Amino acid sequence: MSDSSEIRVEALLKRLLGPAGAELSCEQCFEELDRYVELALRTADADATMPGMRAHLEGCSACKEEYQSLCALLAADG
Amino acid sequence: MSRAADVSGRAADVSGRADGASARGGRASGRRATAAALDAESRAWLRSLRSEEEGREEAIARLHALLLRAARFEMARRRSATAAMGSDERDELALQCADDALVAVLAKLDRFRGGSRFTTWAYKFALLETAVKLRQRRWEDREIPVEPAHWELLDGSTRAPHAAVEQRELLDAVARAIDSELSARQRSALIAVALNGVPIDVLAERLDTTRGALYKTIHDARVKLRRRLAADGHLGGPPGEG
Repeated sequence: MSDSSEIRVEALLKRLLGPAGAELSCEQCFEELDRYVELALRTADADATMPGMRAHLEGCSACKEEYQSLCALLAADG
Repeated sequence: MSRAADVSGRAADVSGRADGASARGGRASGRRATAAALDAESRAWLRSLRSEEEGREEAIARLHALLLRAARFEMARRRSATAAMGSDERDELALQCADDALVAVLAKLDRFRGGSRFTTWAYKFALLETAVKLRQRRWEDREIPVEPAHWELLDGSTRAPHAAVEQRELLDAVARAIDSELSARQRSALIAVALNGVPIDVLAERLDTTRGALYKTIHDARVKLRRRLAADGHLGGPPGEG
């Protein structure tokens, strides 16, 4: 048994099964993305304020990429 | 007419149409961000962009420059997607993304609720336009594997020969549930996006649907799978309802 195989299977299962809890839709995610990112960067509890966002970002790789880009762009702005 | 002026004109037309539509619908003041909820810089952006005087064109030009910066930033983050492009092509694509984002921002100006700074809100449109266009380009000449001809990829014994027995069993159970529980459309979407890594907006375009509708299809498929796996004792806890 190899640890890396287990990790790969775990990642595959995660992609196929998605998040277990309730999540936002892609439209809701985009609508709230700017507020969520600013909250997250201010270290406020963004996930408590916006339930379902984190789960959606785990389940939707496209939305997650855009979340990461917005975080990176704001960080670059300083 | 310069490109910037042309886009400004196009954006102004869109904005004007949006304003007209809003007015016809009896623009609800509640839909606009209240001045008290906004920071000073965001207030200034909105004031300039809604102005009917000369300052509006200058504000639109500044906004376009901001969106162009975001588009270039996103392209730089996705170097592998732009590696084959020449510098002129990259520049033209960045401009096109900024143009389209500008039109979207101005058309949706009344939907800015002040949940963030105006610039953060505007950035996300440029990042989205750029990410989507780069994903589309990367897949434009590629066939998308959506047919259920790749089940062998989910065979636990070949896919993960060294993984723990429980994980292999779970993987096999997932493969069976995909086969037995999902509609053809759900199977295709889930396999393409979650297993084969096809970007969701690329698949949505090929299927003539929206990204949101396609994600709903995938979400519903996942709920079905979790229900089946939970019923068969493979997953603890209730399945997510989304």
